[in-house]
Amino acid sequence: MRWYIGRRLLQVIPVFLGATLLLYALVFLRPGDPVAALGGERGLPEAVQEQIRERYNLDKPFLVQYLLFLKGVFTLDFGVDFRGREIVDVIAGAFPVTIQLAVMALIIEAVFGIGLGLVAGLRKGGIFDGSVLVISLLVIAVPTFVIGFVLQFLLGVKAGLFPVTVGRDPNFESLLLPAIVLAAASFAYVLRLTRTSVAENLSADYVRTARARGLTRSRVTGRHVLRNSLIPVVTFLGGDLGGLMAGAIVTEGIFNINGVGGTLYQAITRGENVTVVSLTTVLVIVYILANLLVDLLYAALDPRIRYA
Amino acid sequence: MTTQIPLTGQEPETQGAAPRATDQPLLEIRDLEVAFSTGAGEVKAVRGANLTVYPGQSVAIVGESGSGKSTTAHAIIDLLPGTGKVTGGSIMFDGRELVGVGRKTMEDLRGREIGLVPQDPMSNLNPVWRIGTQVEEALKANGFQGTKAERRERVAGLLAEAGLKDTERRARQYPHEFSGGMRQRSLIAIGLAARPKLLIADEPTSALDVTVQRQILDHLETLTSELGTAVLFITHDLGLAAERAEHLVVMFKGRVVESGPARQILTSPQHPYTQRLVASAPSLSARRIEEAREAGVESVELLAQHADADVEKVRSEDAVVVAKNLTKIFKIRGSRPGASTDFKAVDDVSFTLGRGRTLALVGESGSGKSTAANMVLGLLEPTSGSVEFDGVDVARLSAKEQFAFRRRVQPVFQNPYGSLDPMMSIFRSIEEPLRLHKVGSAKEREARVRELLDMVALPESAMRRYPNELSGGQRQRIAIARALALKPELIVLDEAVSALDVLVQAQILELLGDLQRDLGLSYLFITHDLAVVRQIADTVVVMQDGRVVEHASTDEVFEHPKEQYTQDLLAAIPGRDLDLGLVPPAV
Repeated sequence: MRWYIGRRLLQVIPVFLGATLLLYALVFLRPGDPVAALGGERGLPEAVQEQIRERYNLDKPFLVQYLLFLKGVFTLDFGVDFRGREIVDVIAGAFPVTIQLAVMALIIEAVFGIGLGLVAGLRKGGIFDGSVLVISLLVIAVPTFVIGFVLQFLLGVKAGLFPVTVGRDPNFESLLLPAIVLAAASFAYVLRLTRTSVAENLSADYVRTARARGLTRSRVTGRHVLRNSLIPVVTFLGGDLGGLMAGAIVTEGIFNINGVGGTLYQAITRGENVTVVSLTTVLVIVYILANLLVDLLYAALDPRIRYA
Repeated sequence: MTTQIPLTGQEPETQGAAPRATDQPLLEIRDLEVAFSTGAGEVKAVRGANLTVYPGQSVAIVGESGSGKSTTAHAIIDLLPGTGKVTGGSIMFDGRELVGVGRKTMEDLRGREIGLVPQDPMSNLNPVWRIGTQVEEALKANGFQGTKAERRERVAGLLAEAGLKDTERRARQYPHEFSGGMRQRSLIAIGLAARPKLLIADEPTSALDVTVQRQILDHLETLTSELGTAVLFITHDLGLAAERAEHLVVMFKGRVVESGPARQILTSPQHPYTQRLVASAPSLSARRIEEAREAGVESVELLAQHADADVEKVRSEDAVVVAKNLTKIFKIRGSRPGASTDFKAVDDVSFTLGRGRTLALVGESGSGKSTAANMVLGLLEPTSGSVEFDGVDVARLSAKEQFAFRRRVQPVFQNPYGSLDPMMSIFRSIEEPLRLHKVGSAKEREARVRELLDMVALPESAMRRYPNELSGGQRQRIAIARALALKPELIVLDEAVSALDVLVQAQILELLGDLQRDLGLSYLFITHDLAVVRQIADTVVVMQDGRVVEHASTDEVFEHPKEQYTQDLLAAIPGRDLDLGLVPPAV
């Protein structure tokens, strides 16, 4: 087990370096000069442009820029953006609300996806199974922004059950509806995955053997069907946490949340490369950590993994 | 040792056919009907089966796959798979009717009254729970009163009883840390945990090596007779059934075609199907040949292949394959980085296969026989030593030479379900090697496929069909036809008949014999089943832990085995000590 964790931690290093290098290259090799764009139609004087380039290390070779950026990551000093804000502050302002939103969405999709998927899998072919499948197909087929606007209008504006927008002061209540919208698509996938996995496990030999030794149905389901079925679901959920944070951009737009999505979008349109890379790097780190967690959870669920 | 008890120790007739008069039957199945509903309607798997088991008695249901034997067993404990349903008849257990009782009653009955030892030890233990936990479940579910510590102790006791050692530690391990035999022992411990009156043993050892199989069956037999448990064996192996059970029930296509005391069924089978079964059970074939000899029967079919089998006669210039000091070492990744260890899968193995002859590589799992075969096929490179095919070193072929070599050497693998592409029609599967090697025009290739199908005794109409529409035996015929397509000189048969039912197995072996006579093929036959070897091989190489322990002609090995290991292997073939009525093969 120690070696398993150790190996996983070591694997984080090349993944992190590779991902950030790629990001940095993509952003900085894209066409257009951000400094020239700063000046708008008239343009900035040469001297000022030079000064800005020097300040943001844009005059140095690509690899040097990248290494300086890495140094910044490790010293938690990302520098300042074009408007003079500390990028660390930008990150600190954007991430908490997005993380809260993503975690809430993750919990919603896990609880309902696994719960309904389990029941559907146990009663495969029944009415419940059929209707749940149709609903999940609908949720997958309809784009997030449609679901978002429809729910916002019906539950927020018409019924008044939820706050319509989140705004400056996010809390659990105001984030609940956005979290449900964000969770919708993944919930359908979790449900389908759980259902298939449960149905498959139900016909496994060891389940029959467990029943043959006299275990009651609920014990067989809980101990032998569910635990084994969760292994692929956990993998999906871990990968999805990253996806939820990146995918929040649409939901954040609908509900007026000042999270990572909005900030990132603005940074991209303004050509603030340093901000874009910094935010994305944090996303990469979150993604890596989530997957590390999945690997550990995986090992807890499946003893065979620990020794592989 | 204990294996002869049912037949020679006591009088089986009085026990089996005319049971103790005072005894109530423990299990009585009358006119049982089981059906599976499919899209195309109901398919009847069991049609009017009758069966009686008395307390403490051992009864075996014998039949091939699809005969309804497992379905009957699962119907008893209401664990029919999928859409299976009992549609008629009755199952009386200990004076109670089991058909139609509720879920709760059945849950109470399972484990406590009727135990199950399932077929495949690899898939029947949940991989994510400790062995001890799974045994403990059986105790808890069946009303074992006691503290946690008492339960633990009982679990260790049960595992020890099933023949496991160091049980305290073993109970804390996971299934993947157990060998197949150890898993099967754990399953026996689970099956007997709550001391049921009846134990259903569904092919309990068919997935295990013969020597392990023998140990486990011996143990199970001792254990159940000590506990007074009645045993219902389900098996496809007539030899094993006759050796282990007092009473046999032969099932065929969902019907019980014959039932009676084991010895009576073996010596004078009445139903034509049973006669065929007795005639072709490979585990009995060794015995059959001996009896034929004693009776002076000069049956060509039985003896021709072995008549002039003599290693000395194979002159070196006639050799197709010469393996010299073959060694293969694998690196095994350790539990931590850099801790890899060497594993010698094949260790200094030498043999010579003569042209037009059959050499059998025999061994249990892990003996290195398949690794050796892969080196002969040129699929693995030997660590040291060499394989010469027709005087040329297989490992040193250029890409072009290797292509030509593939044409002359063809494999047939164990699993006919896995070795045919389900998306390809039979025609395309057989034609593929011809197309690949650019043999003939499209017309000529089609003619060749027809010819090949004819050779393996399949109708031309099979050409347009797909693998899933064919039976296991038919698929293996296709695999053989495909191997023959390029007119090879050597065919490597890796467990080619192991997955097949006995009757089909006999047919395929006969087909292989005919093809060898007609086409002058050489076979390298890889198998774990010594019983099959006697039917087909001229020379036998017995392997153990990567080394050759015995290398001699087939008759020599069977009649005068020199090594202890070979003797153990031979002794482990079920049914070797049985008396047998020689029935003319009706195949």
